[in-house]
Parts: sequence; C-alpha cells; structure tokens
Amino acid sequence: MIVLILLPFVAEAVDESYVISSMTRIMIFAMAAVSLDLIVGYGAMVSFGHAAFVGLGAYVAAILSFHINDGSAVFNFPFSFDGSNNLFLILIVAIFVAAIVAALTGLISLRTHGIHFIMITLAFAQMLYYLFISLDTYGGEDGLLMPGRNQVPFIDTADDFTFYYLCLLILVVYIFLSRRLVNSQFGRVIRGCKLNEKRMQSLGFNTYWYRLTAYIIAATGAAVAGVLLANKTEFVDPGLFSWHLSGELLVMVILGGLGSIYGAVIGAFVYLLLEQVLSAYTEHWMFFLGPFLILVVIYARHGIYGVLQNKVLSND
Amino acid sequence: MTEVVLHTENLCKNYAGLAANTNVNLQLIKGEIHALIGPNGAGKSTAIAQLSGELSPSSGSVYFNGAEVTDKPVFDRATMGISRSFQVTSVFDEMTVLENLALAVQAHQGHSYFFWAAINKNRKLNQQACELASQFGLEQHQKLLAGALAHGEKRQLEVAMTLAGNPQVLLLDEPMAGIGPGGSKELTQLLDGLRGRYSILLVEHDMDAVFALADRISVLVYGEIIATGTVDEIRNNEKVQQAYLGHSEN
Repeated sequence: MIVLILLPFVAEAVDESYVISSMTRIMIFAMAAVSLDLIVGYGAMVSFGHAAFVGLGAYVAAILSFHINDGSAVFNFPFSFDGSNNLFLILIVAIFVAAIVAALTGLISLRTHGIHFIMITLAFAQMLYYLFISLDTYGGEDGLLMPGRNQVPFIDTADDFTFYYLCLLILVVYIFLSRRLVNSQFGRVIRGCKLNEKRMQSLGFNTYWYRLTAYIIAATGAAVAGVLLANKTEFVDPGLFSWHLSGELLVMVILGGLGSIYGAVIGAFVYLLLEQVLSAYTEHWMFFLGPFLILVVIYARHGIYGVLQNKVLSND
Repeated sequence: MTEVVLHTENLCKNYAGLAANTNVNLQLIKGEIHALIGPNGAGKSTAIAQLSGELSPSSGSVYFNGAEVTDKPVFDRATMGISRSFQVTSVFDEMTVLENLALAVQAHQGHSYFFWAAINKNRKLNQQACELASQFGLEQHQKLLAGALAHGEKRQLEVAMTLAGNPQVLLLDEPMAGIGPGGSKELTQLLDGLRGRYSILLVEHDMDAVFALADRISVLVYGEIIATGTVDEIRNNEKVQQAYLGHSEN
C-alpha cells in the first residue's frame, strides 16, 4: 500500500514515468479481478464472459465522450441525451448499463451450472463482441478513439500522475466495499451457495435470486474498471469483450487465490508484472508463464495469497 | 381428534418407466414420530424428496396443514416449516459450526439482502445459533470448522440445522447413518427429547432406534406402502414379516 502511494514519486525521480502508466493499468485490472473473484471465488459461478462488462464500461465512457465531442445526441427518446464528459456521470451510466445487461444475461445463464454456465457466459460475451464490431458509428472493428480523458471537477485527469492516484483511490474504496460485501449477511449466503446449493435451498434460501444479485454486483465492478481502462488508454476496441481478456482475468484470480479479495489483487499484480518483465526478454512469454501457473495450481490450492497466509500463520 | 400436519394423496414417482413410488398415501400426525422403513431401494428417499419439494411427483399431491404444496419449491416449503436433513451429511465443511447454524437461522428471518453489516457480529443470529449448538452438545466445537468434526458430531450438526427457525415438520433421512451404536444411542435420546414439539418423519435403517422412537411405522416395499401402524402392529403384520423384517431375522 505504502509502496503504491510512494511509487509515482520514485518513478518521477528516476524519470521512468512509464512505470506510473503501467501501474495504473495493473490497478485497473486488479479491480476487474476482484469483481470477478466475487462470483468465481465466493459464489462458484465461473464466468468466462466477465470481460464483456469491462468492455461495456469502456464503451460507455468512449461513446458518451464521443457524442459530446461530436455534438450529436446519444439518443433522443424518451428524452434527449447528448453524452457527457463527466467521469462521475459516466461511472453511474456504466454501472447502470452493466447491471441491466448482467440482469438479462444472468436470468438465463444462472439457470445453468458448471461447464454450461462457462459456455453460456462465453457465448453472451462473444455476442457483445460481434455486436460492437458491427457498430460502424463507433469505429467497428477498428475501435474508437476518445477525445481525451473524462473530467473530474477540480483535478486534472489528463495528468498521468493525478490519474494514477484517482485509480488507486477507486481501487482502495472498491476493495473496502468488496470486503464489506463478502463479510455481510448476503456474502455468507453466497458462500453457502458455493459450498452446497442444494442444502441452501433446503434451508429456505431461494438461491437463484441471491446468485443473480451477486452476478449483477460483480458486473458493475467490472464496468467501473472498464471506464477507467478506457480513460487510461483513451481508446476502446471490441477486443475488450473478447474471451482472451475474460481468460486473463480468470488466470489472475486463480493465481492470486480464489475466494480472497486480496488474493485477486495480488494475482493481477503478479500476472501483469510477470507479463511485462518476461515480454521484455521474449515474445513467447506465455511459454514461461504457463508452467508457473500450473505449479501454482498444483502446489498452492489457495493461490499465492494462500501461501503467504500460511507463512504468516506458521510464523506465529 | 388427531390433527394431520403433512399428508400425501396417491403420490407416484416414475424414473423413465421405473416406478420408485406408487400411490403413496402417508399421514404425519401432529407431534408424532413416524418412522418410514423399508429395504434398500424401496423408495424412501424418493418419498422424502417429494415431501420436501426437491422432486416433483409424477402424479399425486402433497398437503401441508390442509393446503396443497405440491408445486411449491423446496425453499418455500422450508420457510413454511418443512425442514429436512440429508442421508449424506450436507453441512458446510468450510464454515464453522456456529456459522453453519447461523446460516440455518438466517434462512428463517426474512430476506438476506444485507450487504453492509458484518454478519459475524450479528448478536441475535449468533445467540440463536449458540442455543442450537448447546442443545446438541456442540457448544465446545462452535469455533471449529464443520469439516474438522468427527462423523458423529457432523451428523448431530446436520440434525441441529434442521431445527433452526422452529419448523413444524422434520424430515430426517437416516440421521443415524454410519455413526455406530454409541452415537446412535445418543442421537436417539436427542430425538426422543424432540417428541411432541415437532412432527417427525424418520427414515432409518437402525431398527433399535426405530422401535425405541416411533409412535407409528409405515413400511415401504417396492415403492408401495404395505402397512402402517404402531410398533406392535407392524411387528406382528404378516406381510411386513414376509417382505422385510423376516429377511433380516433369518
């Protein structure tokens, strides 16, 4: 934490400002990983389409600022909406859109379990992927360039330094909220659904609606990460919806340790840092990361965070 | 006048042409312990699953306090007051004993869409969970993960969870399964202590426990109830001796 607060100053001092940029990216992915862990780790809903919500958030940011720049309306019915460049408004819209899409897709996909759930979430994400490829107004396959970062009153988001702290703040708040969630009454119900859904039903829980609610909550987190990601790169493309990103998010969560918020954060950091370091040496960095992942899965069932936790416990 | 809490009318369940239950008419009288016995594969678990709502019958109906509940899903019946335990222990291994019980209590206190307050500091929930734990002699294990309990203790937790929220009907599917003679005596005493407060349908293979506990017994053979009566009536019933008890004594 302290490292993250001080890092930009160090980077600035040694004139390595790309570090700020790449750490911002990692923090955004950490958020997406935490949101995925809420359903995969705590609720045993292995979604292979989580990137769809990251993509939706990103496109909300890009489309709304595209229209404000372009001067055209996003839609005219039932009321006229000209788009926006206000980050807070965009976050709210993104959360809203992700929640609706998650509710609609979740209503169907949560009727299934296990491998079927994986396939159906993947299918929905691919549908969105092709939908956005076909939207020529918004760049189609080429993606959409943002006119600049969305604005927040009183601070200059265009400055990478400031934007870094904004992302850090949002990540910290998000981790805090997620921890409240998993330790709440609702959180325990979701854990129960993961451990033994049949028993939960026989105890009197209508598990379907609890799982759907969790699914929607996770989607909104991913959408927030998407908005930040679009703002970071100032560019969006349909690749954000693709199963590659969904898969990467799953790898981060599994690497860090399923079912722990900090684990997801650690997983995102380790995965993306390794990617950066290894790709500096070889184009085929996946070749080296793969075995590492296999080792973690075989020898550390609870991921890197689980290993760290055991170390702390055995030191006591 | 006896009051019937739960009853079925011509309950049938077929699995791809195989009849697991045929015209089962079962009456659970308020406050009684009613044992449902029968050889392996007689359809006892199928019957319980239809009473609890996990399986829907091929034909026939289930009534709870006179109202039809045939189409009610399992979680609705649970909150109405029909609670069940499982033959295969179904406790939450990765949660503590107290968390297991608190979760069972939570199910009966309205919805659980509370996202903010920490659950482990919920006094009301923890207190009720503690009471259940001490009722079943699990108070010294409260903080233990359920997965770390001995088999007999797990079975007790399994039954304890069904008592959360004061149900009217308990459907106990082989509560004594695999716990040995000592544990089974202990659990028999515990269940005896519940007599009168709940209406209990007990599926059990342990005949000592059945004869010690049951007010009435129904015998299920090949999916059909061939006799219902008091312990003595069932012991002296020729059909039952032939079909079931006779085999085990010879």
